[in-house]
Amino acid sequence: MSELGYYPGCSLSGGGIELDLSVRALAERAGLGLREIEDWNCCGASVAHAVNHELAVALPYRTLALAAGQGFDEVLAPCAACFSRLKGTAVRLGRDPALVARMADVTGRQYSRPVRVLNVIEFVDRLLSNYDLAAKLGHPLAGLKVAPYYGCLLSRGEGIVADDPEQPSAMVRAIHAAGAEPVEWNFATECCGAGFSLSKTEAVIGLGDAILSAAAEAGAEAILTGCPMCHSNLDMRQQTINAAGRGPHRMPVLYLTELLGLAAGLAPETLGLNRHFTDATGIRAGRS
Amino acid sequence: MQHSKDDNSLPALVRRLCGQDVAACYQCGKCTAGCPMAAQMDQPPHRVMRLVQADDADAQLTLLSSPAIWSCAGCLTCTQRCPKGLDPAAVMDALREMSFQRGLVSKAQRRVLAFHRSFLATIRAHGRMGEFGLVRRYKLASLDFFSDLLVAPAMLKRGKLPLLPHRIRGRDEIRRIFQRTAQRTQEASHE
Amino acid sequence: MARVGVFICHCGENIARTVDCEAVAAAAAGMAGVAHAVDYKYMCSDPGQGLIRSAIETHRLSGVVVAACSPRMHETTFRRAAAAAGLNPYLLEMANIREHCSWVHEDRTAATAKAIDLVRMMVEKVRRNTPLQPIEVPVEPTALVVGGGIAGIQAALDIANAGKKVILVEKSPSLGGHMARLSETFPTLDCSQCILTPRMVEAANHPNIALKTYTEVESVDGFVGNFSVTLRAKARYVDLDACTGCGACTQKCPSRKIPNEFDANLGTRTAIYTPFPQAVPNKPVIDAEHCTRLTRGGCGVCQKVCPRDAIRFDDQDRLETVSVGAIVVATGYKLWDHSALGEYGGGRLADVIDGFAFERLASASGPTGGRILRPSDGAEPKTVAFIQCCGSRDERHLSYCSKICCMYTAKHAMLYRHKVHDGRAVVFYMDVRAGGKGYDEFVRRAIEADGAEYVRGRVSRVYRRGDGKLVVRGADTLAGTPLTIEADMVVLADAVTPQADATDLAQRLGIGYDEHGFYSEAHPKLRPVETATAGVLLAGACQGPKDIPETVAQASAAAAKVLGLFAHPQLQREPTVARVNEATCVHCRACIAACPYRAIDDREIRTRAGELLRTVSAVNEGLCQGCGTCVAVCRSNSLDIAGFTDEQVMAQIKAICDF
Repeated sequence: MSELGYYPGCSLSGGGIELDLSVRALAERAGLGLREIEDWNCCGASVAHAVNHELAVALPYRTLALAAGQGFDEVLAPCAACFSRLKGTAVRLGRDPALVARMADVTGRQYSRPVRVLNVIEFVDRLLSNYDLAAKLGHPLAGLKVAPYYGCLLSRGEGIVADDPEQPSAMVRAIHAAGAEPVEWNFATECCGAGFSLSKTEAVIGLGDAILSAAAEAGAEAILTGCPMCHSNLDMRQQTINAAGRGPHRMPVLYLTELLGLAAGLAPETLGLNRHFTDATGIRAGRS
Repeated sequence: MQHSKDDNSLPALVRRLCGQDVAACYQCGKCTAGCPMAAQMDQPPHRVMRLVQADDADAQLTLLSSPAIWSCAGCLTCTQRCPKGLDPAAVMDALREMSFQRGLVSKAQRRVLAFHRSFLATIRAHGRMGEFGLVRRYKLASLDFFSDLLVAPAMLKRGKLPLLPHRIRGRDEIRRIFQRTAQRTQEASHE
Repeated sequence: MARVGVFICHCGENIARTVDCEAVAAAAAGMAGVAHAVDYKYMCSDPGQGLIRSAIETHRLSGVVVAACSPRMHETTFRRAAAAAGLNPYLLEMANIREHCSWVHEDRTAATAKAIDLVRMMVEKVRRNTPLQPIEVPVEPTALVVGGGIAGIQAALDIANAGKKVILVEKSPSLGGHMARLSETFPTLDCSQCILTPRMVEAANHPNIALKTYTEVESVDGFVGNFSVTLRAKARYVDLDACTGCGACTQKCPSRKIPNEFDANLGTRTAIYTPFPQAVPNKPVIDAEHCTRLTRGGCGVCQKVCPRDAIRFDDQDRLETVSVGAIVVATGYKLWDHSALGEYGGGRLADVIDGFAFERLASASGPTGGRILRPSDGAEPKTVAFIQCCGSRDERHLSYCSKICCMYTAKHAMLYRHKVHDGRAVVFYMDVRAGGKGYDEFVRRAIEADGAEYVRGRVSRVYRRGDGKLVVRGADTLAGTPLTIEADMVVLADAVTPQADATDLAQRLGIGYDEHGFYSEAHPKLRPVETATAGVLLAGACQGPKDIPETVAQASAAAAKVLGLFAHPQLQREPTVARVNEATCVHCRACIAACPYRAIDDREIRTRAGELLRTVSAVNEGLCQGCGTCVAVCRSNSLDIAGFTDEQVMAQIKAICDF
């Protein structure tokens, strides 16, 4: 059984636990082993780069150096924010040998070989192409209409995201594989403001409301995401948005891996669907 | 192009911190047009770029103590669409860094600052972020006790709020990283 | 024994400020072969030239070096002076001690030393100069004009009206170009058709103009005064001589759903069609790609209904070779395809249209009869957003300013407000560039009298909401706020770009083009209508974005250049061309393969009895541009450029290395 390096990141043991559960369950179902990078540290998320540009590179650098040292060519970072920081750093290290030397000095660790960082969409595509996940999707979602939501971190970033930043389509293949239908909508790449959910709650309510409304207007029955920050902002905060007099919204927000897990016949609890704030248990495989 | 402006000018500092040459900005406003947070900003993104270009003492103070730079969500919409190929999000980062290092963060941004400080303190101590610790530190630092308080029990119930953050083995390394990068950055953002 | 005269110019202070001219003259006087050396304040002045003339006579000079400005500036002046004194003008050379020395240095001692080096090099060259004679080439006094838009029409009419013959070639089925598609024209709002169609008819009927529509340039051979151009007349499937343009065929053609390019694809046309009602020639053409008969067989309705038997399904492309003395390139432009602007819908939103589509909506002869109706549902848009600089001034796409968009957008906003009185016209702009006669007044009129709302700021995104509204997310940078409007239609001012096949044609013509594909003029200021290839001239937007007045002015200028060329039965060319030493040429043909101007060919050497002795390379002096590529590749050292022989160049290098 082949193995992929796994970087769960901090959120996946907390607010983003469903992403961790569904990624692991799906990998197991497809026959791909995930091995956690030993002693990984926080990537710095959206905070480090706002206060110290060197710290923002040094934190992901340490994890990349660990991964390289532990023999990984590829590392899966399911959290979109972690992916963006890790891949962004890996790309910069690839382009700038002086930075590699400086970071080796700062961290005391060598980045001995280049490490490729995968996001959750690339991970699912990998399971569909190289492992036998496609054959195991025996419980299609029967035309469930989903709004693929890429947000900022899975649509933009030169050298980080390969998709078309204005009209991304990376999730479409997986959505079709799960038997669901992607809707055409206008907010697939709009920012939800999750970074400010604690500190600028009022502004973030407006952004979240616009995204939820656009998905509903486009006929979506669920929003599909690959980012724990977007997820908590749209799922957990949906009640806050409703309480502020918007909506009311009742829009389930699913991780891409949860959708595929359902199509693979995994139990909703295994995937973490019971942990959502906005009820997602109505979404079931094989429904008519 | 080589500029003869002195090395401590704002454009020069910004170039050193994030590699962006703000002279390229022709003030088209596309950054402001697409910014999800522009409506919240006292200085919308194109004005921020202009104030960096202007670089007089007033502009520096206005900018580095402006709430606007702390309102950037880092979503990269501006960067993606900038017709000059500039990266205004990176400029925002550089300005925040300078503002933070020089202690000029706007009072109005107490909550953002508290969040950032709490976040960094948590990582520095444990190597990883724990949401419970983060929220606790944030509440203490921001004196913002009530927002989100109601969500905590629900998060606990869903297994989304681990009470103890995982502490990594390499905590010494993390402390070293914080120390070394703090030195470097102090040098870069003051000069 | 060489007797070289050296003349050092002060150029007022230009040279003398940095170079000690007297010292240079003194040093020159001591150089080998120099019989006379003198410095003077203004060598190009009448007394200065007089110095040269009298010195040639009194010192019996065999060569002259003038150390002064660039030869581009005054070589002709000084060579004329030498010729007046009876010296072959090619025995005079210039050493550039201004641009190459005094202007680029500050240290007087070093600059003076360098000036002396430059003079010594040129003295060494001139000692080895030989008298040369200019090359005389006959001129075929017929012009080829490529492109039948307003630029080509204007150039053709100007040349033809001066009594010279013109072959006017247009690749589409009708004359008229883009101008025929415009509704009204800035800044006077004349009806475009009304001012253009008389010119189209005049060009078509002119006794000196041979009009060839639906024809393209296949290949170009020859040189200034003597081009040989092969034209491809594309199969039209309609016999123009037999056809009367009655229109019976176009009425009956059953293939009716073909997007009409002339109407920016807003309307449809038939497979046999006349491009537009005022087309010249006003006769149809069959679109072979869409004609049922030509693609699948059957049908043939047009042939059945034609009262003149003019339909020719077996028509073929025809090649024809013409001889011309000059070529005017007037191939125009196309609008950039905004599908690369994903943030504005990437070309997938029906109601986000380009400038031509708006022109056709506003045109009385357009698909809506001149009513502004949006493409998706035919409703009259009550808010129209105009977005400028689409593709232009954008490093991700095209760095340059397309120049005409500010004006046509103001015109669009104005026309819209004239036609939809209760409508809002919101123009998102970065800068208004209205530098032309009456142009700024025109823009102000759009704003002040016609109520166009100008908002300074680029739009970040346009998307279509479920209710059909186009949400335009812009900014008002002057107010310092984001600004979102809901529009019913959006008009993008797409960049002006070269034609898709512009570089391909440039290579056939042997002319240069810039990184975008616009054709390069010989000099950006002083030779704006000539190309680097003698006898090939430029008119209109193929050289860079231009509006109609500028295009017409350049077309007339190109015509004037053609007429200047045709004013003499022969033309003189510089004799600095390659020469083959036939005695040593081994005919390896490396030079023939290397020559970028196709100026070298085989020459058979025969006995008087006609028996072939051997074959050598031979240079066509009319074609050769003296670039020296052949000299560099010649393995037997049998080629030299007259006036720039290896011996001369080596002597120059030696002069600087040995000293």
